[in-house]
Amino acid sequence: MIDEELVQLLTPEGERVVHPEYESTLSGEEIFGLYRDMTIVRRLCNESTSLQRQGQLALWAPIQGQEACQIGPGRALAPMDFTFPTYREHGIAWCRGVEPKEMLRLFRAVSNGGWDPYKYRHSVPTIVLGNQALNAVGYAMGIQRDGAEEAVLTFFGDGASSQGDVLESFVWAASFNAPVVFLCQNNQWGISTPMSVQSKIPLYHRAHGFGFPGIRVDGNDVLAMYEVSKRALENARVGGGPTLIEAYTYRLGAHTTSDDPTRYRIDAEVEVWRHRDPIERVKSLLVHEYKMKQARFDEVAEEAEKLALQLREDVLAMDRPDPLSMFDNVYADFHPLIEEGRQEMIDLGVTGGAH
Amino acid sequence: MSQEIFLLPDVGEGLIEAEIVSWKVAVGDTVVLNQPLCDVETAKATVELPSPYAGVVVTLHGNPGDMMEVHKPLITFEVGGDGSAPAAAPAAAAPVVEEPKVSNSTEGREAVLVGYGVANEDGLATRKNRRSSSATAPVSTAPAAPITSGPVRTTPPVRLLAKQNGLDLATVPGTGRDGIITRADVERALQGGGTSVVAAPRKASTPKTGPLQPTRFVGNDLAPWATGPKEERIPAKGVLKAMAEAMVLSKTTIPHAGVWLKVDATKTMELIAGLKQQPSLEGIRLSPLTVIALAVTDAARHFPGINSHWDDGTKEVVIKRSMNLGIAADTNKGLIVPNIKEADKLDLVGMAQELNVLVDKVRAGTTSLAEMSGTSFTITNVGPMGVDAAMAIIPPGSGAILAVGQVAKAPWVVNDEIVVRQVVELCLSFDHRMIDGALASKVLAHIGNFLNDPAAAIIAG
Repeated sequence: MIDEELVQLLTPEGERVVHPEYESTLSGEEIFGLYRDMTIVRRLCNESTSLQRQGQLALWAPIQGQEACQIGPGRALAPMDFTFPTYREHGIAWCRGVEPKEMLRLFRAVSNGGWDPYKYRHSVPTIVLGNQALNAVGYAMGIQRDGAEEAVLTFFGDGASSQGDVLESFVWAASFNAPVVFLCQNNQWGISTPMSVQSKIPLYHRAHGFGFPGIRVDGNDVLAMYEVSKRALENARVGGGPTLIEAYTYRLGAHTTSDDPTRYRIDAEVEVWRHRDPIERVKSLLVHEYKMKQARFDEVAEEAEKLALQLREDVLAMDRPDPLSMFDNVYADFHPLIEEGRQEMIDLGVTGGAH
Repeated sequence: MSQEIFLLPDVGEGLIEAEIVSWKVAVGDTVVLNQPLCDVETAKATVELPSPYAGVVVTLHGNPGDMMEVHKPLITFEVGGDGSAPAAAPAAAAPVVEEPKVSNSTEGREAVLVGYGVANEDGLATRKNRRSSSATAPVSTAPAAPITSGPVRTTPPVRLLAKQNGLDLATVPGTGRDGIITRADVERALQGGGTSVVAAPRKASTPKTGPLQPTRFVGNDLAPWATGPKEERIPAKGVLKAMAEAMVLSKTTIPHAGVWLKVDATKTMELIAGLKQQPSLEGIRLSPLTVIALAVTDAARHFPGINSHWDDGTKEVVIKRSMNLGIAADTNKGLIVPNIKEADKLDLVGMAQELNVLVDKVRAGTTSLAEMSGTSFTITNVGPMGVDAAMAIIPPGSGAILAVGQVAKAPWVVNDEIVVRQVVELCLSFDHRMIDGALASKVLAHIGNFLNDPAAAIIAG
């Protein structure tokens, strides 16, 4: 156990843990579904990193190690819930039905977003740290005014937990009892800033100061992530107000493809967390408790491989948009500053039409 | 069959060059999609480049140590034909607005790292530049001679203006803040003026481009005192850089403490001498280190706490009941610490054999990265260098290190008589966050007793 107050239902070795408040409600097939999700998302992420290293993407933010933090809550969402991600929520996008190729459009720099947020009820990647938390609370307050039974799930990391936007969104969420769940993936490193510098108290304790519950979950335990998210979302939908979930996890890879984590952390630390891999422990459970055969896991690997190759093909085939189209969807209506920007681009010699 | 050229991509948001660290493929090799091709080091990171093609390597366009320009050829492949290369990638997306070509390839582009935010207009002055600019005020009133060193720093519209008029920006002195070339500078240059322009001094050119010096170690291979340069700067790279970083990390995060012990190792020396006579052990090299290594694993079995490390991320002490025993080794490139995996499972002969393998690999320079990771306890044998003792620095990721001095004849008191014995001094450095003086003392005493009478210790188990 990492923390006496940490909710964990499955150990790194794949053994079940009895928790006084939470228990896993999922069947073997449902757990297998989570395994499949995590495996596919990891494989797609690896392909995306390769594509970036081959000059096909401008940037990529890897998810390795954090799959359970996203697949758990991703599968706990109801269809009408709305999600507000950072730029690393590929697992949530997958659960919401966003096509893998759409996830890469922003990183290929052919789109300002990548997909229609309303089609998937999943907002576009937010690069500006913490901004999505404010968007999420605003949307949640809208749900209250509509009288709908929906919830909002938003994401940020331990680094962004220090951003004013995130803390202001806590205030508003608490004041209005907004139906929002804040999911903080504490992956121990805000780029190169270690957790010990980021906060002197466990992050989930912060919620108490704002007046709503905070809970720390083993972010590498998909069963715990699923149950805790499910209950927090249900609570939000019926007027119970916000919850902060701190998913205690680890970023096994780099912050983004522009980052070299070996410059600021030691291998021994990474090795410790490799033993807490979110996918391996689920596989162990499926093998030992549900007697699943290797053939089933092989099928998933094969499916993931196919999806990765398809993703590569789709990315390489992407059209380059009209550069001036980047001004089109910033505001719904005419905006003088945007128009000025567009004109400046034209003056600089940028012409319309795809190249 | 057709040829495809893999252009060095910009792997880090606005980089212009990267140094080849090592090739993982050779000309003639058949590679599959995403197979690692090489490691390159950029200003931000050392990264592995996976192959965008399946095919055969025809040309490697550079050697390790070469600085390569982004978007220039890195590898040429022969692909297709036999259907082995289904994944030919089109050329990397080029910028829509082609940047004006300037003669100087070191032109600086401030990169943006997601999560850090974008530098504002003033942020054109990078941190490095700010430091240098504060130390250098514009002084020269000399005619604007072509400036050939240092990056060209200006704004995109001014670049465009220069490009449209065929003006090489490297020849234009910048009068803006920190030497930035302004629109007025370009207009003045276009009118053939510029003689009265105050040339802002350029940032001293940094030896970022061009061949880099090979990694060197501050050991024995330096130039002699009499003939070497008065002052020399050695780039901190490779093993030297790794050593520096590990030591700083260790000394700034681990509260070191140490305990010392002098041991009568006469029986250890006698045991080794005896074993060397054994015909069955012929070809196996034995030394005091063999017995000391065995003593260390035996001590860990009795006191597992010594084989531990502090996990600062989780505030946990990690106790390991399996010892990867590191042996600090002096190589011509610097210090490396390979380890013997699960050394606690070895008997005296097994330990000797593993040590032989380890030493042979160090000498041949074939120690792998895996053999250097996961060390849980280290021995550094400074004795052969002719010193009595050392207080060694604990390698990050472990909790203690044992330094062993030279084994030498010394006066020793036995039954109130001074006699000559073979004496060795030991120093155990330990992480005082979780290992206290009592534990460390017990461990060192245990090792001492072992060396004092190794046969008895081995039999006792």
